[in-house]
Amino acid sequence: MLSLIGAVIGRDLRLAMRRQADIVAAMFFFIIVVSLFPLGVGPEPEQLRRLAPGVLWVAALLATMLSLPRLFADDHRDGTLEQLALAPEPLALIVLGKVIAHWLVAGLPLVVLAPVLGIQFDLATDALAVLTLSLLIGTPALSGIGAIGAALTLGVRGGGVLLSLLVLPLYIPVLIFGAGAVDATVTGVGAQAHLSLLGALALGGVFFAPWPTAAALRIALE
Amino acid sequence: MLEASNLECVRGERRLFADLSFRLEGGEMLALQGRNGSGKTSLLRMLCGLTPAASGEIRWRGRPIAQLGDEFRSELCFLGHQNAIKEELTPLENILSTARLAQEPLDEDAALAALELVGLLGREDLACRYLSQGQKRRAALARLVNERRPLWVLDEPYVALDKAAIELVAGLVGAHLQRGGLAVLTTHQVVAVPAGRVRELTLDDDDTAQQRLRAG
Repeated sequence: MLSLIGAVIGRDLRLAMRRQADIVAAMFFFIIVVSLFPLGVGPEPEQLRRLAPGVLWVAALLATMLSLPRLFADDHRDGTLEQLALAPEPLALIVLGKVIAHWLVAGLPLVVLAPVLGIQFDLATDALAVLTLSLLIGTPALSGIGAIGAALTLGVRGGGVLLSLLVLPLYIPVLIFGAGAVDATVTGVGAQAHLSLLGALALGGVFFAPWPTAAALRIALE
Repeated sequence: MLEASNLECVRGERRLFADLSFRLEGGEMLALQGRNGSGKTSLLRMLCGLTPAASGEIRWRGRPIAQLGDEFRSELCFLGHQNAIKEELTPLENILSTARLAQEPLDEDAALAALELVGLLGREDLACRYLSQGQKRRAALARLVNERRPLWVLDEPYVALDKAAIELVAGLVGAHLQRGGLAVLTTHQVVAVPAGRVRELTLDDDDTAQQRLRAG
């Protein structure tokens, strides 16, 4: 069981390494979107500090959306998805492996970039730390929830837009608690509660999402 | 061992076939024939459990495949008309990762030997996107060399292959039948399989022409 999840993660990471342009594109998208805000709203530090958590989190959601359509589409096109569906283990386990690999490739780079980008917004050190922590806890939920949408829109023409419409509303709780954690630190309330809720969302997203995703994939393969 | 009874396939509003029954024992091969769109691929996907049958039942060792689930899938090797190889990976990486994902570990020597047999030695470190269509098909078929699961379901295995490769694949299927395995394959060309008993099923003979009338 673990060996299968490991095999899926290993395969997907290797494929991602052969196609680094995709990872780099999503990272640059994140950097550019976040950097546009200080340029657009002006250099007022007070205003930037207030905007920072929301901007970084919204940019993280959008950057995740960029890589989601290809989560299953490539495997679907070349027939490997059928092979995965015919593996003698539950398809949900394979999906779990793919979700973890997606997070390592699409989510983790955002976490690493966030503290650097946060400096543009004049965030204090503790706020930067909480921002990074909130992204670290919250981005796995984005990959998990996103997988359901990616599976549901598999093979649909113009699926990318539909995927955004399906998935972005589901990201709202993650956005609220993620950005809220940073706000709570800045105002001195403490981010504990927000981070705990974010952790619950991430656990739910990563461990329950594979089942509906697997069901959606089986329908897409019929 | 593999038994289909009264299978019916409906695609959209068309009924492709109905009342299709057959029985396949160890060492037997079912060669599916029929014109394009007669439901050959649909039937194969039903036999794998990828597509549910509109009606009828498929049994493996006497039990319905829907009930068997993982137990059935662990005895099944499916090769669709898509190659199921990753263009970014090399043939060697493809064959190893396919084996790992199927939970049938394969060591590198065995994988290299398989690639040698299908004539891809010397290209095992080249990403598959640089291979020709026939070479990609060979890379996909290389997994059959070490495949010991009893039921092979192959969709157009001979497509894009040259004469030598077709004989090679027929030889692999023959060896599989000799070991007591079963094979179901679709084909448009008659290829002699060196061993085992071949049974033919044509999906568009006159008896079933009626059944292809529009449903409803």
